[in-house]
Amino acid sequence: MARELTVRIAGEAGQGIQSAGEALCRAVRHAGLHLFAHKDYMSRIRGGDNYFQVRIAEQPVQCPREQCDIIIALNPNSASAHAASVGEDGMLIADASEGSIEAGGTRLVDFPLRKTAESVTGSTRAANSIAAGVICRVSGVPEGSLEHGLRAVFAGRNEELVDKNLRAARTAYKMASSCPSPGISLEKSDAGSRLLIDGNQALALGAIRAGCTFYSAYPMTPSTSIMNTMAHFAQRYGLVVEQAEDEIAAINMVLGAWFAGARAMTASSGAGIALMSEGISLAGMTETPVVVVDAQRPAPATGFPTRTEQADLNMAIHSGHGEFVRAVYAPGCIEQAFALAVKAFNMADKYQMPAIILTDQFLADSIRDTAVPDVDAVQVERHVIDKEPSGDIKDYKRYTITESGISPRAVPSWIHDAIYADSDEHTEEGHITEDAAVRTQMVGKRLTTKLIGLSGEIEEPEAYNLDGADLVLVGFGSTRGVMREACDRVLDASVGSVHLSQVWPFPSTALYEMLEHAPKIMTVENNATGQLEDLITWKTRLYVAGAIRKFDGRPFTVDELMRRIREKV
Amino acid sequence: MEPVEFKGSDPIAWCPGCGNFGILNAVKRALAHLGREPRDYLLVSGIGQAAKLPHYVKCNCFNGLHGRALPVAQGAKLANRDLTVLVTTGDGDCYGEGGNHFIHAVRRNVDITVIVHDNQIYGLTKGQASPTTDSGFETKVQTAGVTLEPLNPVLLAVALGCGFVARSFSKDIEGLSELIVEGVRHPGFSLIDVLQPCVSFNRKNTYEWYGERVYRVDEDSEYDPYERTAALSAAGQWGDRIPTGIIYRNDSKPYEQQTGLSHREPLIERSIRNIDMEPAFTELS
Repeated sequence: MARELTVRIAGEAGQGIQSAGEALCRAVRHAGLHLFAHKDYMSRIRGGDNYFQVRIAEQPVQCPREQCDIIIALNPNSASAHAASVGEDGMLIADASEGSIEAGGTRLVDFPLRKTAESVTGSTRAANSIAAGVICRVSGVPEGSLEHGLRAVFAGRNEELVDKNLRAARTAYKMASSCPSPGISLEKSDAGSRLLIDGNQALALGAIRAGCTFYSAYPMTPSTSIMNTMAHFAQRYGLVVEQAEDEIAAINMVLGAWFAGARAMTASSGAGIALMSEGISLAGMTETPVVVVDAQRPAPATGFPTRTEQADLNMAIHSGHGEFVRAVYAPGCIEQAFALAVKAFNMADKYQMPAIILTDQFLADSIRDTAVPDVDAVQVERHVIDKEPSGDIKDYKRYTITESGISPRAVPSWIHDAIYADSDEHTEEGHITEDAAVRTQMVGKRLTTKLIGLSGEIEEPEAYNLDGADLVLVGFGSTRGVMREACDRVLDASVGSVHLSQVWPFPSTALYEMLEHAPKIMTVENNATGQLEDLITWKTRLYVAGAIRKFDGRPFTVDELMRRIREKV
Repeated sequence: MEPVEFKGSDPIAWCPGCGNFGILNAVKRALAHLGREPRDYLLVSGIGQAAKLPHYVKCNCFNGLHGRALPVAQGAKLANRDLTVLVTTGDGDCYGEGGNHFIHAVRRNVDITVIVHDNQIYGLTKGQASPTTDSGFETKVQTAGVTLEPLNPVLLAVALGCGFVARSFSKDIEGLSELIVEGVRHPGFSLIDVLQPCVSFNRKNTYEWYGERVYRVDEDSEYDPYERTAALSAAGQWGDRIPTGIIYRNDSKPYEQQTGLSHREPLIERSIRNIDMEPAFTELS
């Protein structure tokens, strides 16, 4: 097993946990180490208890650990709250002089975080940079990397602020030489992974690569940073990013943009997707492409606004009244988020239907060092009639019946004829009809005929360690990394895994062939009812012998998953 | 171009005598007068009798969901600013189901022209009260008469600072078509609320009822639609006298100018086949 350290910075909202965490990520990557970071935050702007956890390793890592080697807490309450998360030989670093800390049996290292910040910068605000300095020293991250990380995070801010934080971090770095060592000194590896991005950024980059020029959404955690990323790159890539008055407006604006000939996307979390479901149905009926991201969070209703869950699977595959084709993708990692965003655009465009990308807060907010995506791995395909030949088209009908079910889509104003798109049942010309025979023909075209082609382009399930496995874990979306690492770590049984990055159309045949001889199948999912388990049973008739479900709003750690596997075998 | 060149081929499904016919004629006249080809116009609608209008015109049409015409129209216009985008909607569609979109479309000020067939009743669902139904009006649902005060869309639009606010009467085909031309030429969001008799479900607000009450604000040569206070006062009128014509206008910058979109090539003209990701990757390294 790779040598690694898990570190956590804990404190209240507003104490700068996020900045310190990001600086730490950049420092670690600069030092030539791999990392996986995730955030645990509350739905509040000030107070409460938040943390930023970074798993630092010599080898690439794709999921979090349960216990930390080092936790640094910015206030005594956080220190007490997190003491139990410190592992056996780990340490809790906190300001013991600032208040009483209930550390239990945990090794408590007293460090004057706030006092040092105050003496160096004149304010306790910089306690977060002090924490970053201490963590870097104790983890063996060089001082130069620490400075690099802080400079990157504070880039563009005023010089005085940057200077204050750098001085604070440097002082902390020196003082922390007196802290105990965690007993591991990590060796620099050949990281070769340039990017440091989270799942939402990967999706936004994939959309930009796919030619998305219009983005409209209503802010909703945990989808909002997709909009932030699109807005950040709007100028450079000439994108129009418009904050809509609600999710209904967002999806309808996006449909208007697609109809006019652009590529467009919207994103939200479950509640927003629920509002969009009428628009998803409109896309199905008018055969207008649309790409929708559902960054899931625990529901029903408002649920846990800032936490993670995979309970919108049923909604994603069924949302929208009536029957029409769609594709639902479930990226399992940052690389897949990029690639599947491109594919979602291609498929939505080709089959003139909604393509939904199902992620969750865990993937959306997790940062990992990643190789630059192979931009040619998924070719960008455009499926409208090009401008050049458009001039020659005569007697155009928007909904021409074809063998593939796909009616060539023309761009308004590029062809001479008028284009009629209609949400009513319509004729081939796109006009309202109540004719029974036309209805039957159109339903067949929209549903059955298009599905034949679409079913031939399903993302294959990804098998890991399947040969000779006694137990096969099956999951979708963000559990990919944790399942794979559990397969590697559980040594007292042979465990394999299958990850689905597309859940609709369901890869029934491929999954059946992969699993028909598996001795035991067990689903792993972040929901309470086993939505994937039901889907497997429905679509393959395979027997799912056991289920590991988690619905407390927190992601699986590899340690918890291993423990639960062992309980079952 | 002649109005007849914008005649659609789809058979019309409105009741004989419907006020929508006047609006349809005015739309075709205006499109012809504006001089663009059918391919350069896009009519967007939602659901209701007004929403059927685009099917009866020869030009591009997106007939979407109830209340959602405005977002579709804005998205299409932002994707291809070279299209002339109009919305044909009704009082239920625009002010009821789509009320939130209406408010924010006015604020966003994208260059589209919205024609509201305001018959003060729900026609397609057979006679329930709409947001603009006069109070006291009895329906099968509001059996004791409507108790809510009617929404005054013209007053609301002026209050929101909409750059072009007009009212017309569907019988005045020439006046309406002139207003549509003016609305399209106005760079930004334009609202034209059209009083439109429903011959089947509104026996109160008839051709005669409107005819006796409407007057043109420009009959008064002193009336300046750029004067907001006077416009608010005119917009507030309802009952014995109903003002028509351009009630209010201002020169607020449309969205496309504020965002620089009007100076760039339309989104649909971009080549998407090989977008260079290197700058973004470098920045996120």
